[in-house]
Parts: sequence; structure tokens; C-alpha cells
Amino acid sequence: MDSYLELSHVTIDFPTPNGPFRALDKIKLSIDQGEFISLIGHSGCGKSTVLNIIAGLHQATEGGVILNGKEVSEPGPDRAVVFQNHSLLPWMTAYENVELAVKQVFKGKKKKEEMKEWIEHNLELVHMSHAMDKRPDELSGGMKQRVGIARALSMEPKVMLMDEPFGALDALTRAHMQDSLMEIQTELNNTVIMITHDVDEAVLLSDRIVMMTNGPAATIGEILKVDLERPRDRLALAEVPEYNHYRAEVVRFLHERYKNPESEQETDSGSNSETATASAEKPATQNKQENEEDTPVLYAVND
Amino acid sequence: MTTQILKNFSGLHNILIEPFLRIFTGPNKAEEINKLMKAIVTPLVALGIFLLLWSAGASQIKTSLGAVPGPSQVWEQAVNLLDEHKEERQKEAAFYERQEKRNAKKLAANPDATVKIRSYTGKPTYIDQIWTSIYTVMTGFLIASLIAIPVGILCGLSPLIYTALNPLIQIFKPVSPLAWLPIVMMIVSAVYVSDDPMFDKSYLNSAITVTLCCLWPTIINTTVGVNSIDKDLINVSKVLRLTWLTKVFKIVIPSSIPMMFAGLRVSLGIGWMVLIAAEMLAQNPGLGKFVWDEFQNGSSNSLARIMVAVFTIGLVGFLLDRLMLMLQKSISWDKSAVIR
Repeated sequence: MDSYLELSHVTIDFPTPNGPFRALDKIKLSIDQGEFISLIGHSGCGKSTVLNIIAGLHQATEGGVILNGKEVSEPGPDRAVVFQNHSLLPWMTAYENVELAVKQVFKGKKKKEEMKEWIEHNLELVHMSHAMDKRPDELSGGMKQRVGIARALSMEPKVMLMDEPFGALDALTRAHMQDSLMEIQTELNNTVIMITHDVDEAVLLSDRIVMMTNGPAATIGEILKVDLERPRDRLALAEVPEYNHYRAEVVRFLHERYKNPESEQETDSGSNSETATASAEKPATQNKQENEEDTPVLYAVND
Repeated sequence: MTTQILKNFSGLHNILIEPFLRIFTGPNKAEEINKLMKAIVTPLVALGIFLLLWSAGASQIKTSLGAVPGPSQVWEQAVNLLDEHKEERQKEAAFYERQEKRNAKKLAANPDATVKIRSYTGKPTYIDQIWTSIYTVMTGFLIASLIAIPVGILCGLSPLIYTALNPLIQIFKPVSPLAWLPIVMMIVSAVYVSDDPMFDKSYLNSAITVTLCCLWPTIINTTVGVNSIDKDLINVSKVLRLTWLTKVFKIVIPSSIPMMFAGLRVSLGIGWMVLIAAEMLAQNPGLGKFVWDEFQNGSSNSLARIMVAVFTIGLVGFLLDRLMLMLQKSISWDKSAVIR
């Protein structure tokens, strides 16, 4: 029980008109400080719900989350979230968006000039110094996400929670962002939990990959420790047999042991890379399914 | 600075100025001229047809005040009204000049003499009446906005408050100003009792009636705007643990400004319509009273003068709406949004 972040028997039920819907069942996970964890699983398996519980945006029905010896009961800046669609305030510049967070977290702790320096430092870290005074609608998708990451980093969080941070970006930008994230990670060594659909992204970035079973009552199916030396280089890794082995492990989990419930009728669901990419890019059927499975979640939020 | 003002004057700017500029700056001059001709000629043709139909139709109908006036008679009366205004102003100036001379003479004869300065008491001219109307509607609208925006924000943020207030809002929303007015009049005469009143009762009656009718569109639109804030932005405020006030000012208000202004514009439009009716009955010396007085007066020029008022009311209403647009453009962060 002396791990940094502890999820103990986290279970969550969402009320629906047909009785409670169990989305997560007894999730158990210990994370060390400075670890990079990926959560991977099919759409609708409750990955986002896990993240939201850690963030404090949802409350677990049973079990709980302990961060650095304290139970998590409400959202707070020590668990900064990077949202999939950046969630920057569109009427503020990049600088002002980060400033809002910094002012909130370091009120009374940093002087004015120190805050300014700190904001600029964080924007520098994500290579956005040149566009500090631009508003989100003047920035590209990748740049917006960079500012989102800068905002999260600027809070000096104990854990950084990333909900498919690069999911909405094109492949090239995504690769670029992954490299940037690794670079920042070498420098700051944050504890990170990231949700992803992308097998390559998971293997490239993570220390451990947490693979989730399909819902309802989803839980952790398997945890894969990625023992690749850092710094990692995507080009060099493509030739490394271990890398391909890890990759195949994840793909096997997702496509053999816990097939996408929507594609059950498919006879060929082997671990070839084509299926992997297909799932990484979320085909339309999967999106539809995600929406359906998300309905109880939305219901609970609206309540 | 001027370019900024021009930019803010969205509609007028786009319609009136930009096409001309494009003739000089655009790459294809012939096409730009062609476009401009279309933009100007089409409305002019429509206007011409309207005037023709009007003058043809008007002469067919005989009322107790003579034939219904056509465009030329209305124009004549418009010029008359303006002349009367100028004449009245000259009389006023002359009155003050005479008074000053008289007082100066008095003081020259006896330095200790007490001089009386009386203000001019001529009847208000048409232009004065327009200003009275604008002033009154703005008062009512401002009071309504100061109440409606905070109430709308509260309704949008708290489902409980919304559930509580919604039935009241829905019931009061469709009430006609003519139903409010008698109640307002009685209450104002009962409550606003003063030996030296700062405001005329007629002014208060009209303004408060406008307020009562202006509240609802702003409340409803603000509620919807606040309620439809991106859930992720609310999550951001939760993660940052923003205080309630910071959340409202940094996130809620900026993101609901477009809807808020949509409501404010509808409110001001309604307020202007309501005002004319209220002024007729409350006898507030504005355009509504002008129309009523002309109707009671029943001279051969009355109908034409009322029609001048109709056009004035339309034009002022249009300008008020443009004013709100300018305000929205200067306040809203989303300059790229198409605002109509």
C-alpha cells in the first residue's frame, strides 16, 4: 500500500431506467511515481470512466483512489487533465489559458514576475513560445493540444491524466506530439496516465500498458511491462524485435482474447497489423457502439 | 480607429461601403461593378414598385380625413415636421435672447435687482419626441437587462432555480403591454409620490411597461446559452477548482455572450414596439403620443403625419438593432461569427 497512486477495488454503477449499470468492476492498480501508464481497450470499455474517477469528476460506487496517501474525492489541480478536444477557453490567448491555471494554483505562492516566467517556461516546454498571444481558433489542432499540455504541466500536478490526447490529430502531427511528450517526460519525469486507442503509441510511450476487458463490468485484463530503454526512437524501434513482440502482445489481447464486441461475426481476427490499425483508427461501427455504451454515462452526468 | 469603427458597423459597412472599396481593390473590376449594381439596383427597383403600388392604391380610398396620403404627401409632411422643429428652435433662441436682454437691462439699472430666468415652454417638436422615445425605451431596456442577465445566468447554472422560475417566466412572457400598463400606472401613482418629482409619471409608466416586456427573451436566451456551455469547459473549471465567481466571469459569461446578445436584440425590438403602444396610453411625449394626438386631431394632414411616424419608428428600430450588433461585435470574442 505504499505506492504513489492506488486504485483499490474501484467499481462504478450508473443508474439507468432499467436498474444500475455496472461500468467498471473492481479495478486494482498501483502506480509508482514517475511512471507512464497507458490504458488501452476497445471503445466503450470504460477507460475514460477510470480516468474521470481518478480526476474526481466521477465518484466510484465502491472502492476508491488514493493519491500520495490521501483519498481522492473531488477534482483538483494536483490531477491535471488533458482533454481529447483540448478544451482551451476560446476567448483567451494561449498565454491567458495557461495563466488562468497558474493563477489558480500558485495564488499567494508565486510573485507576479515568477508567475509570468513560469507560464512562459511551460509554453516554451511545448514549443509554443512563438504563438503565446494567439487564440485557439488561430492555432492548428496539434498546437491547441500543446497548449492544453502546457496548461496541465503548469499546475505541477502529482499525476497528469491524458484522455486520448492525440486522438483527434492526423498521423504525422500525432507522431510529432508523441516525440514532444517523450522529450518533456525525460525532463520532468511526471506520473502520467494516458488513454489511447493506438497500439504503437502505447508501446512507444509507456512503462506499463494496462489492457482492459470489454464492458459491461469491465476490469483490467492484463498489464504489460514495456522494458525498452529510454530515450526511445520510433525509427530505431521499428527494427527491434522486443518492440514488435510488445506490440503483438497488445494486438493479441485486443483481437484474440477480448475481441471488439461489434466485430464478433468476423472470422478472421488474427493479430495481423491491418486489424490493429483498423482498430486504432476507430471505424464507424466502433464509434456508434461507443455512443451507445456511453449513454448511461451521459445519463449519470445529466442527473 | 476608423477602420475599427467601420468593421464594427458590420451590416451597414458590408452593405454600404465595402462594395465600393472593392471596386478599387478587387482584382476583377468589371465583375465588382456588376455585383454592386445588382446589390443597389435590386432593392431600388423593389422600393420603386412599392411606392407605385402605394400611390396607386392610396388614392382609391377615401376616409373621413380625405384620401389616404401617397408618398408625395408623406414626404411633404416630413419636410413640414422638420421645418416646424427648426421654427420652434428659433422661437426658443429668440425667447432666451429677449430674456437675457431684459435681465441685463434690469441689472444695469439696479445691480441688486433679482432677475428671474424662466425656461422656454413651447410644445415639443417631432425631433424632441423621437429623442424622448429613444430615451424612454433605453431606460426600460437597461433596467430589464440588468435584471434579466443575472437571472438568466442563475437559471442556466442551477436546474433548481430554473425549475422554480420557469413557470413564472412562461406565464408572464406572452402578456401584452396593454395589460401591464394599467397596473403599472396604478402602482406608480401610488408609490411614486413626491412634491418635486424627478421623472414624469408618464415616462416612468412607459419605461416600466417596456421593462416588463423586455425581460423574457433575454432571460430565456441567457438561460439556454449558459446551459449549453461545453461540458469539458465546466470540467476544466472543476479541475482548476475555480471559485463560483471566477467560473461565472471567466467561463460562463464569455461562452454565453452570443446567445445573450441574441436575447438582448429580441428584447430591444420588442421593447421598441411596446413603447409606442405604451406612450399612446400613458401620454409620454414620444412618438406614440404623436401618433395618438394626430389621430385625435383629425386634420387633413394627420394621416400623412402618422405615416411619417411609421417610417420613423421603423428606421429608429432598425438603427437600435444595428447599435446592439455593434456592441456585440465589440464585446464578443468570436469576431469570425456571422452575426445577422
